[in-house]
Amino acid sequence: MVHPSLTNKETTEDKFSKIKPLYNPNEAVIEASRCLFCHDAPCITACPTSIDIPMFIRQIMTKNTKGAAKTIFTQNILGKSCGDVCPTSVLCEGACVYHHLNEKPIEIGRLQAYATNDAIENNIKFFEKGETTNKKVAVIGGGPAGLACAHELTVLGHAVTVFDANEKAGGLNTYGVAPYKFSNKDSEKEVKYISNIGFEIKTSTKVITEGKSTDNKVLLSDLEKNYDAIFIGTGLGKTKSTGITGENLKGVYGATEFIYDLRKKEQRIDPGKSVVIIGGGNTGIDAAVESALLGAEVTMVYRRSENELNAYDFEVQHAREKGVKFLFLSSPVEIVGKDKVEGIKFIKNTIERTKSNTKSKPEIKPVTGTEFIINCDRVIIATGQEKQVNFLNGIQNLKLEAGKIVINKDFQTSNAKYFAGGDCINGGKEVVNAAADGRDAARGIHKFLMKGK
Amino acid sequence: MADLTTNFAGIKSPNPFWLASGPPTNTGYQVMNAFRAGWGGAVWKTLGVPIANVSSRYGAVSYKNNRIMGFNNIELITDRSLEVNIREMKEVKEKFPNHAVIASLMFETKEEWHDCIKKCEDVGVDGFELNFGCPHGMCERGMGSAVGQNPDVCEKITSWVMEKATKPVIVKLTPNITDITKAALAAQRGGANAVSLINTINSVTGIDLDRMEPRPIVDGLSTHGGYCGPAVKPIALNMVSEISNHPDFKLPISGIGGIETWQDAAEFILMGATSLQICTAVMHYGFKIVIELKEGLSNYLDSKEVKSITELSGKAARKVKKWEQLDLNYKVIAKINSDKCIGCQLCYIACEDGAHQSIAINPDSRIPIILKDKCVGCNLCSLVCPVEECITMTKIETGKGKLFWADHPANPINQKATASR
Repeated sequence: MVHPSLTNKETTEDKFSKIKPLYNPNEAVIEASRCLFCHDAPCITACPTSIDIPMFIRQIMTKNTKGAAKTIFTQNILGKSCGDVCPTSVLCEGACVYHHLNEKPIEIGRLQAYATNDAIENNIKFFEKGETTNKKVAVIGGGPAGLACAHELTVLGHAVTVFDANEKAGGLNTYGVAPYKFSNKDSEKEVKYISNIGFEIKTSTKVITEGKSTDNKVLLSDLEKNYDAIFIGTGLGKTKSTGITGENLKGVYGATEFIYDLRKKEQRIDPGKSVVIIGGGNTGIDAAVESALLGAEVTMVYRRSENELNAYDFEVQHAREKGVKFLFLSSPVEIVGKDKVEGIKFIKNTIERTKSNTKSKPEIKPVTGTEFIINCDRVIIATGQEKQVNFLNGIQNLKLEAGKIVINKDFQTSNAKYFAGGDCINGGKEVVNAAADGRDAARGIHKFLMKGK
Repeated sequence: MADLTTNFAGIKSPNPFWLASGPPTNTGYQVMNAFRAGWGGAVWKTLGVPIANVSSRYGAVSYKNNRIMGFNNIELITDRSLEVNIREMKEVKEKFPNHAVIASLMFETKEEWHDCIKKCEDVGVDGFELNFGCPHGMCERGMGSAVGQNPDVCEKITSWVMEKATKPVIVKLTPNITDITKAALAAQRGGANAVSLINTINSVTGIDLDRMEPRPIVDGLSTHGGYCGPAVKPIALNMVSEISNHPDFKLPISGIGGIETWQDAAEFILMGATSLQICTAVMHYGFKIVIELKEGLSNYLDSKEVKSITELSGKAARKVKKWEQLDLNYKVIAKINSDKCIGCQLCYIACEDGAHQSIAINPDSRIPIILKDKCVGCNLCSLVCPVEECITMTKIETGKGKLFWADHPANPINQKATASR
């Protein structure tokens, strides 16, 4: 059922309109002209893909938008989605020297989105398929890491096939990030633009470790036979269980699954009336804001205090602006309801900060007798995602640490044929980190394949 | 409050801010609006022989997102009849008897000059400005800058005017000349009561890169125009000081050229001007800017405990010397205020690539280090630094006395002397 507040498509788009709207050319030039063109600029250092930010901004200022796009894509082929979804206030924009002048930092993300949008819309090609090396590489996962890796490998002359279990490639850009940052259409265009260089993407094709290859499944051992190297960019798995009673009740969702469904249905979902989100991270915030935008009453409950929230401050502020309420120092005890969610029981916590251990999060102590119930018809669990351990364990000699794939400086795993990057090696970071990993892993793969040549 | 009332070569006005001859003084309607807004005087758009104007007349130079850093025009003198202009001047003088109305004139023959001077004086204008500076359209016909560029002609026409005029006469000088003092002295010899400068500078503002046509574009073509606006101020300041410092030059100077703020005005006064003329800034922002100009200048005079503009006039001009009069033993070096530094390192790269390699990167922070022994005190770092007062040039006591070029060991004259010893 579609929520009554959402009876037509227009409304959905309105509610989910971009929080960082695309600049018009005049706005872009004015903003670009504010840039000081710092030497050895801190924004470049802060960017995981080391885009020459002052240079592309200067190019925007001189109306050389094409040149700006080239500068960006040379370092990061996912420059468009990064411009839109990067938490710029803690990355490039956070490093802008204007902060020291108490001036607004340059809106680098929006400038980057502006420059790259033009190239994507007009399909301006900056890279060619490299001279063939007669080597074949399989990329498992068509998310940011996989796409960045496939693109770079293609530039280097390798034949690449990307396998993605989903209907559409793009990974988190298609199924994970908030649609008011990057829409389905945005992701589709970006995937098309990147893959235009000439690598194959097999969507709806799951890589399996046991069984037989079929039309929509491909056995890992077959990949090993047919490809000279394999890149793992499988990201993370489903939402971790909290282990509390009632998790199986109707109306309980994992945040990742909720967002996946929302993205897949382009926000045309029933958000529930009264939603409780459990967790304190950015994914929880996204689920909270999305539910609120769809008309639900949303309360986000976190076991520690506001100081310990994992979510970025700007995300928390954005959620508050959209009407999300926060409740701190409360742990879920039990989800209550007969056959569907009726409420959730919490217990109050105190936290203790130990002086010796200021970096790690303080210990929680539940206070007996403080249980209380919040009535709701939906619970979204946002306490983290599982690692893809089952799948990864199916790869021979693949060393994991806490479920994360261990790699060397070339992004090579303990199994020499396998390379990895993105959330499956870092446990869950930003799109831009995945883009950097994918690009660098491609260079590692190239080194591996071309050894002795 | 400092007294801003002005008596410039006998032309009295409530304040020194006059509209320069140009589009803002095209009509009585505009001049009256200007006086209501607070302007002290107006030099009427030049009266002269009949002309016609092209469509598409102005061009501009922008810097980054700042519009009109420089401006140019290919507009000629008034394209309205003399009768209409004279009638409107009369109306203005009747309504604003205490404001200065100065008629700018440009004619060919002595008779034409005399005829117009009489007509203007009959309606009560306060003075005349002779347009010997217009660099386009009129000079090809032997007027405008063609006069200003030839001291003899300048002197002669000035003397024609002086035969007839009973009101003060200002000669407006062109900067399109190698030595502007020659023209200024010629005006003085011709009997002028004052000079004004600078008129506009020969220029092409830019080129439309798609059409490959210079601006302003008139049906695919263009012509050189007169450059003005904030970008020309340094050129004007130099020329004003050259005239002001000339030992033989005794007349008052009306400063023109890129004045937009009270600071600009104060600079012209310090270089020797006692009245100020403004056109481009009004074309950009309208008459209202005069409120700030007056208040800002008045506050400045108060802060310097100066009672009038005359008292301030020329104070800086007298400090403009020949290069060889500068002390070669004077030494400053750059100093970075680390509390203010924002770590942009523009000073580093400017010095490294564009100057004297006297700034080093600090391995421990983004704040660069001045290499005191290598710093020549060129100022570049302090100029590129985006933070006010962050890099300052501090004087170093060398313990040496003053040393001028004449006595400097590098001077070839002294080398010869040393060799022959």
